[in-house]
Amino acid sequence: MAQKLFITTSPHVHCGDTIERNMRTVIWALVPAFIASVIVFGAGALIVTATSVASCLFFEWFITRFLLKRPSTLSDGSAIITGILLAFNLPSNIPLYMIVMGALVAIGIGKMVFGGLGNNPFNPALVGRVFLLISFPARMTSWPVPHQMVAYADAVTGATPLNLIGQIAGGNTAAADQLPGLKDLFLGNIGGCLGEVSALALLIGLVILLWRKVITWHIPVTILATVTVFTGIMWLINPVLYVNPLYHLCAGGLMLGAVFMATDYVTSPMTAKGMVWYGIGIGFLTVIIRYFGSYPEGMSFAILIMNAVVPLINNWCKPKRFGEAAK
Amino acid sequence: MNTFKIGGVHPEPNKLSAGKKIETLALPNQAVFPLSQHIGAPAVPCVQKGDQVLVGTRIADAGGFMSSPIHSSVSGKVSKIDSVVDASGFRKPAIFIDVDGDEWEPDIDRTDTLALLCTLSREEILDRIRNAGVVGMGGACFPTHVKLSPPKDCKIDVLIVNAVECEPYLTSDHMLMLEHSDEIIVGVRILLKVLGIDRAVIGIEENKADAIQLMQSKTSMVSGIEIMPLKMKYPQGGEKQLIEAVTGRQVPPPPALPANVGCVVQNVGTVFAVYEAVQKKKPLIERIVTVTGKSVKNPCNLKVRLGTPVSQLIEYAGGMPEDTGKLISGGPMMGRPLLDDKAPVVKGTSGILMIPEADAVRCAERNCIRCAKCVQACPMGLEPYLLATASEAGDWATAEENWIMSCIECGCCQSTCPSRRPLLDWVRLAKNRVGGIIRARNAKK
Repeated sequence: MAQKLFITTSPHVHCGDTIERNMRTVIWALVPAFIASVIVFGAGALIVTATSVASCLFFEWFITRFLLKRPSTLSDGSAIITGILLAFNLPSNIPLYMIVMGALVAIGIGKMVFGGLGNNPFNPALVGRVFLLISFPARMTSWPVPHQMVAYADAVTGATPLNLIGQIAGGNTAAADQLPGLKDLFLGNIGGCLGEVSALALLIGLVILLWRKVITWHIPVTILATVTVFTGIMWLINPVLYVNPLYHLCAGGLMLGAVFMATDYVTSPMTAKGMVWYGIGIGFLTVIIRYFGSYPEGMSFAILIMNAVVPLINNWCKPKRFGEAAK
Repeated sequence: MNTFKIGGVHPEPNKLSAGKKIETLALPNQAVFPLSQHIGAPAVPCVQKGDQVLVGTRIADAGGFMSSPIHSSVSGKVSKIDSVVDASGFRKPAIFIDVDGDEWEPDIDRTDTLALLCTLSREEILDRIRNAGVVGMGGACFPTHVKLSPPKDCKIDVLIVNAVECEPYLTSDHMLMLEHSDEIIVGVRILLKVLGIDRAVIGIEENKADAIQLMQSKTSMVSGIEIMPLKMKYPQGGEKQLIEAVTGRQVPPPPALPANVGCVVQNVGTVFAVYEAVQKKKPLIERIVTVTGKSVKNPCNLKVRLGTPVSQLIEYAGGMPEDTGKLISGGPMMGRPLLDDKAPVVKGTSGILMIPEADAVRCAERNCIRCAKCVQACPMGLEPYLLATASEAGDWATAEENWIMSCIECGCCQSTCPSRRPLLDWVRLAKNRVGGIIRARNAKK
């Protein structure tokens, strides 16, 4: 026998899945929303996304190479996703230096200080976004109106559906006249952050993620269901002040958050039961902030708050053990 | 179609030797019989160097109730009682016999005629099974007579025959059913008599359609034996998973036994061995072994005398491929790696698998990205990532609190991990330590 044999314990075969494969699929699933953002916002979408991805890649490389002195982790693809998601959470006319600062916070403070991919408690892209939102509230809450294909910094801004929903709930019921139709809202023919405008494109992304088994249905479905039920009850109580739940589902960052941000592997719970509670928590907090908070959008805060609770959820929500009922 | 409820994975089936008729391998020049071929106390040699033995001569007695005797599978002279490295990777005492012919013990019935009638009493049948050295042929090698003597307070109502063969590559049980269905049915009826019950279910995964069909046609006239096709999913051949798939009952966590939920599970190969032991007075001296692998020239199913060196099986299958990186006794999910091809075939050798070097090397492990795929895959409802982390930290208390002793070591978690973490290695380590802690605690009581 000439061959030299390896000795390892079982199992001796692997299904072939890798971190890279999962990240690649997520990037593919983000493509429809990216195309929609380019159609809606034109050059601004391209500039913001390219800057964000490039800065995230640069900071990840710089930090691993010079500060941590470890082998590069660029190839795992997670920095690209963080870059895309950060861009998707920004208005299309935001100044470049803000994007770079956001990327530094997302990668540096959101991820690398905890030891890189797998160890971060909070979603890095959201850490970057919330940092920018708190630091530059004016620039972060004025969004260009759609279809200014070549405009960037000079784009004309206008109220988004979410602004209007907030105003209506605050008592300014006249704002209801300015609300776009549901069809425009669903397709993305509205103002807002880059990646969040087209509910349709995001739902295509969800189908890709579910089909390729990157995520399970638990988190996105429970978030959307909770929001529908909560806003539905409010709507039934007072349809003048509180808009139809379909507006809530399609407006703002809800869909983007439910499909791509809340489902982030690292910062979401490990069991199906835990994922359901996590989704309910995010949906509930989002609506509370939308109705009663001082920011029009509550999705990013809701996800970050629930990120912080994930270790507790993991402690409380154990899988159903085999033979448990019989014990 | 039935299956178990929690977790499970779908590895590539790779049943390369499916449909290949069982061929009989020639006698070896020397046969080697390790004394521990079963769970429990090692057998005790009852022959000495220089003794002449026949095929079927008992060469080692059971070392207790939880043990099993061993018989020679060849005729010849005991050349030495020494040690051999078996699939455990350790040197184990063994009896070596130089082969000089094929003389059988005279009371063994070597004909192929089907012996239908069994007029023996329950005790006589159990005696024959015990004396023939029959153990679980699925790989675990639990002494069969022990399983057939469930605790008095457990009321058994169903015998489950495990013909699932969910391990990729292996086809020995499949071919056994195709070629010896009548004997298996007689074996099932003998087992029903021993257990004093009248219901048996033979569980077969749907990918063995020909076996399902054949067994169904053979049992259509027999009352009390049901063939149950099962949806393909690994590890359906796990005892607890199979019981759930067939009856919907879940065995409580250890130390509970299948008998606690009224079930006795026997592998289909064991049922055949029971038939031969009881009806033909033939001890367990040969078994069907699948020899296979992606690069193997002639994947096959061989009838092999126990004690034959693995190298002879590999030779028959066309030699060990150039690219072989791992030699495994058993299947790819739960099989044990062999150090070399000198190891002998033992009672639990269901397959010999040669894995190409490219597939044999483990990829470098990365950070856990908390994707929860291990939790979804675990058929016991455990959290492998958490158990592995606790094990790495030496936190045995957390491991115990999170049910580590329920782990059946099926490998689902590790085979799905995108970060390629050696989850099961860590879990095994912790299971070992926690088991020791529990035993020490119980001893104090």
